[in-house]
Amino acid sequence: MVVRPNPAYPGNTTRERSAMSVEVRIPTILRTYTGGEKLVTAEGASLQELVTNLDSSYPGIADRLVDDAGLRRFVNVYLNDEDVRFLDGLGTEVADGDSVTILPAVAGG
Amino acid sequence: MARTLRLDTALAEQIVAHARRDHPDEACGVVAGPEYDRPTRFIPMINAARSPTFYEFDSADLLRLYREMDDRDEVPAVVYHSHTATEAYPSRTDIAYASEPDAHYLLVSTRETGNEDGPYELRSFHIVDGVVSEDIVVVD
Repeated sequence: MVVRPNPAYPGNTTRERSAMSVEVRIPTILRTYTGGEKLVTAEGASLQELVTNLDSSYPGIADRLVDDAGLRRFVNVYLNDEDVRFLDGLGTEVADGDSVTILPAVAGG
Repeated sequence: MARTLRLDTALAEQIVAHARRDHPDEACGVVAGPEYDRPTRFIPMINAARSPTFYEFDSADLLRLYREMDDRDEVPAVVYHSHTATEAYPSRTDIAYASEPDAHYLLVSTRETGNEDGPYELRSFHIVDGVVSEDIVVVD
């Protein structure tokens, strides 16, 4: 696996692939799935795995984030400060201590 | 029961001025505040779509905005945008993408006056699960 330094944990440069624990910020509109929780923890080595893991804890939430084509067009997901569309989408690798933020697009016609 | 949006005259004028400046493209932004019924901080946003029929906050700007509101214990009390050829009423896409159930979705129409001064149409709505209900707007 590729180990990259994590600015949040400068001393931590090795980690187990099997236990990536990531904080996920949930937007207001999806807090009905998380019992009102704004900040939850999920596990996985990629964004896809995180979404699957989130859905096992909060059934139904995955459907609001992804469809058959991948990440839904009007849902923005950020790994730390970066929109995952500019990384590797659902394939984006995540590391222990990373932070994921979900924000619905603010858009309309 | 209809909810009431109380908006300082200065804030309403800033929103309308933004809509006029960006006409014929749609303008968009937020008025944040400590509570949904107390919009205080005017935050014009760039319409990343730069379109007369669509608006979308830039994704990096959106993250910055929400982090900033979080740090300041603010909520997006008003989410505003303009319609430049149609009335100040939520379109089908506005309804489909509305994602802040507690926010006042404020619409300004610039179809009558374009970039010029003059009377304006300003209305506000709650949009929850595809259902639109109009707010009472008090500008004072």
